[in-house]
Formats: sequence, C-alpha cells, structure tokens
Amino acid sequence: MRIEQHPILQFHKGKKLKFTFNGEEVEGFEGETIAAALHAAGVKVLGRSLFLHRPRGFYCAIGNCSSCLMTVNGKANVKTCVTDLEEGMVVETQEGKGVII
Amino acid sequence: MKQAELLIIGGGPAGLCAAISAASSGANVLVAERNKNLGGQLVKQTHMFFGSEKQYASTRGIDITGILLNELSKYKENVEIMTDTTIVGMFEDGVVTALHKEDNYFKIKPDAVVVATGAFEKALAFPNNDLPGIYGAGAVQTLMNVYGVKPGNKVLMVGAGNIGLIVSYQLMQAGVEVSAILDAAPRIGGYLVHASKIRRMGVPILTSHTVKEAIGKEFLEKAIVCQVDDKFNQIEGTEIEFDVDVMCISVGLTPLNELLSMRGCQMKYVPQLSGIVPLRNENYETTIENVFAAGDTTGVEEASAAMVEGYLAGLCAAAKIGHMTDDFEERKNDYVKQLESLRSGPVGKHILSGIEQIVIKGEQYV
Amino acid sequence: MFEKTGIPSEEMIREKFPPIERINKGPVAVVECYKEIPCNPCETACRFSAITIGEDINNIPVLNEDNCTGCAICLSKCPGLAIMVVDGSKSDTTVQVKLPYEFLPLPASGETVKGLDREGKIIADVKVIQVQNPKSFDRTPVVTIEADRSIMYKIRNIRMEAK
Repeated sequence: MRIEQHPILQFHKGKKLKFTFNGEEVEGFEGETIAAALHAAGVKVLGRSLFLHRPRGFYCAIGNCSSCLMTVNGKANVKTCVTDLEEGMVVETQEGKGVII
Repeated sequence: MKQAELLIIGGGPAGLCAAISAASSGANVLVAERNKNLGGQLVKQTHMFFGSEKQYASTRGIDITGILLNELSKYKENVEIMTDTTIVGMFEDGVVTALHKEDNYFKIKPDAVVVATGAFEKALAFPNNDLPGIYGAGAVQTLMNVYGVKPGNKVLMVGAGNIGLIVSYQLMQAGVEVSAILDAAPRIGGYLVHASKIRRMGVPILTSHTVKEAIGKEFLEKAIVCQVDDKFNQIEGTEIEFDVDVMCISVGLTPLNELLSMRGCQMKYVPQLSGIVPLRNENYETTIENVFAAGDTTGVEEASAAMVEGYLAGLCAAAKIGHMTDDFEERKNDYVKQLESLRSGPVGKHILSGIEQIVIKGEQYV
Repeated sequence: MFEKTGIPSEEMIREKFPPIERINKGPVAVVECYKEIPCNPCETACRFSAITIGEDINNIPVLNEDNCTGCAICLSKCPGLAIMVVDGSKSDTTVQVKLPYEFLPLPASGETVKGLDREGKIIADVKVIQVQNPKSFDRTPVVTIEADRSIMYKIRNIRMEAK
C-alpha cells in the first residue's frame, strides 16, 4: 500500500527496519511511525474498544483521538500514530486498558 | 523554572511567523512545538497556496515551512526551539507547564505568550463511524503526503469545503480512486476552482447528501448515502450504496483553545469562526495581559491569514514587553493591510462578521 | 448551477474565451476564474502585463488578449489550475490546447490520450504535441494537445489510456 511514485513528492525512505506485530515479523522504514508502518503492511485493526470490543484503527493521525493505542515493548497505551518505529520493537494489540505499572 | 521573554506555543505557520517578527524586533523567543517537526499542517499541503506574493501565493505549502525556517534561522541568536514539547497548562500566576517527550516535566515563566495552537478536525455522527477505514481528512493527508502510504483503494469524501476538495485531488495524485464527494449543504463550500478541478476528473459532487451509515465487520466495506432536505433531515427512499474501503470525514475544523480557557481569557462561541475563540484587540492580545493569540486558534480561516496574524501578534507581543522597533507602525500597518486584503472579498465577509463579535478596543483585561 | 456542481455554463465559458480572430492569430490564455477569491499570482507572474486584478486581490482577473503571448507561465502558477491556453493559428481544422497535468505517468509527445470535458466525460481522442515540465513550473507540467476545433469550448482535461 506504499506509494511508489508521486507527481509532487519525493519519499526518501530511511533504512529498512524489522519489528514484530503480534508475533509476526513486519518491515518498516526509519523515520515513520508505528501506525504508518502497520498501515503500509495492510494492518487495518489496531485495537479494540474497551467494552464492546469494536475494531479500532487509524483515525486522526496526530495523537488526539486514542484510536491507535497499542502495547509496545511491553508498555501499554502507546500512541502509535505519533511514535517512531524502532528496530526490533514488539508491537501488540492491547487487551483492555493494559497494564501501566 | 525556565525563564523566557516570549513563549510561542505552536510551531505551525502562525507560530513560526510570530517567532520571526518577534525575534527580528529583538525579543528572546522560545518556540514550543508538541510534534517532533515544525510546520504544523503545512507539511502535508502539496498544493499551491492562494493569497498574494507576501503570503507566498503559488508556493506549495510543503515548501513554505522551509522558507519560514530559513528566515527564522537569521535570528538563531535569540530564538530557541523545543520540539516534542507539549505545553500542558497555563496558570493564573503566569507560570506555564510543559512536558518534553515522555517524562521531562518543567515550568516556564515567560513575560508574554503567543498561543498559536491551531485547530482540530470535527467528527460526524452516524452508525459505525468508528470502523477502521474511516479517517479524518488530515489523517489521510498525513498518511499519503508524509509517510507515502495509500489509505485504501476507493474513497468516499464527506465534505466539499476546501479541505475535502483538496484532499480528494491529492488522493487521486496518489493513485487512489475517489468515488464521490458529499456535502449536506445545498452548495459547494470550498473554492469553485477546486471543485472544477475535481469535476473534470470525473468525480461527482453530491450536494444535499450525507452519510446514513457505514457498513463493515472489521473494517469499512460499504457506505450508505442519502439525500437531505433544506433542514438537513434525511429523506427516506433516497439511499445510494457506495462500495468503498475508505471514508474521509472532512466536515470542518474547530479551534484548539484549552490553554486560553485555562488561563482565564474571556472566550466566546462564534459560528463564523468555527468554535470557541478568545476576545482580543487589534493587536491580537486577549483579555489576559501579555497573552496573545494568532492563527486558527483565534478563528478557523486559511494558512495565508494565519501567517499574517502570526507576524502581527509576534510584533505586538515583542513591543509590549519592551522591544518596540522604530518601524513598528510601518510593519503593523503592512500586516493589517494584508489581512484586510485577504478578507475584503465575498469569501472574507463571513470571517469579518465573526471577528466583529470578538474584537475589543484597546486593552481590556479581566 | 455553478455553486452546486462546479461546472460553469456554456455562456460563462464562452465569455472567458478571447474572440476567434485572436485565437487564430496565436496562443492566448483562457482564464477560467469565475468567483472572487483572495488570489493574484497570475497577475504577478505575467511578464507582459496581460492579466489585471488590481489593488483588491479579490477581483476577478481580466485578460488583455492583445498583450498575451500564450507563454503559459500563468497556467503553471495558478493555484486553482484555472487557466488554459488555446492556439488556433496552426491549422484550420484543429486547435492546440495547453492544460496543466499534475499526475503520473506523464504522457509522451506523439502519444494519443483521451480528451475529457468539464464533467470528466471522454469526448475525443487527442494527440499530445508537447509536454513541458521545467523546474520553473514547480511540478505543474503543461501538456499541449491537438483537438478538433468543434470541441474547443468543451475540452478541459486529459486521461491516459489504461495500459
């Protein structure tokens, strides 16, 4: 789902990074956010709502709406749409409110 | 406690321009931006801007950030920029609290503040509006223009204001099909040149239409659209089904004003300015002394106006705290004239009728 | 009407076209800007003083077709992509039309592409005469096509053939 060529923009991709999403290996690029990398890899559902378990995905992209909260490297409630991807990150869909202690 | 002469909250077009005019007047400026990069929404605007030469007409938004930063770098001796820094509070005693990254919390005591926090996207209520695949228009721009990722294959655009029309065009430039653009109003809200550009690509614009519901299990699969009457009530029996995997909600912006409210500025709900905005004088100073505001946070308009408001507020804030230059009047008049010019046509009438509800004469502090 | 559809009427379109005698003399701009908005880079860009907006930047641009050389610089500068250039001097049966085209892939000179009207409907096959994409046009390439005279007031866009 990545744009290969664009009439106005040049996308200078940084180096390729590997990370895992619910145990599966995914590739992304340095300089992009976790949510953008997941989206490029075709992942639409980032989490579930707390009570009705409705699917939640990318919505505002700037850290306002809480639709993109996931557990990253064991840390809960990470705003994946404004958090940069790092090599070896362990990204998981969060069960409920997550553990923050 | 971090001391600062002039704190500018927000590093988008209004904030950067405020920093330029304040720093060039000799003030020590601290710019606090919550994102890791400066430029605000400019960084996603691949289209050419309107206005006149002074507002960089015909220059693409993505290039304007570079131009402003270049200008700002001339004053690097008296400008400090902190990115990844969210201003989280503005208190009665003049203290401003800030959070840098995750856990560096600190306080600032500035002599004056320019709040340039911009606006955020409104949402639309309809069944299943929370399905993945339904995005704000800004989010689609970020995905496409910042990260180079397609949001999907077929889009239904909800909203035919400037943002809806522009983002539809940008989607097509990114190779994504736009099935239709809807607007509940009976006429197209954005500039008609944008609408004409889209129509000649074969994209239908359906005025007096709205989304009835979104359909899908784990993500968006279909959208049901229907006609509305002149009171915006849905008309039975007019449903159309669209096979789309993306819906883009572009129903307007509203000012981000929490810091101003928290600080105690007198605020007012003004529909023509798209939300709750601060009362302010012609120098863009609010009813709290030395608290200024500029850009969309004072009323949703265009980036061209945000930039000029930024220049004006920065100039006046710097002058207020002891940095009035010899050419102050000349510069101020230039900015005032530019704003008048941007707002003197039929497009500006709406904004002016909003501004007249919140502009106060002289200094009226609470 | 225009505010509902984004499509100008035939009368509105014809009013923006210079007289046919001028079109047959050489390339000339057609400035399809129908509404007052704060915008004047076309006036600023023209080196021949052929476009006038004036003090109030909301004024609708007025073209002086005698000063206009059809150079198409204004075409690349217009943020609304509202300008085109027509040239009826090269042939009795066809006209050459310059249009902005900000998409990939760009057509190649000599290629046949689809010609679209203002509603995006295909109305003809047209030949691409030239594609200009200099740095000064800042990523707004200008494509010159050859179209039958009968569709001069209708043709407004192109679409590449699906490969």
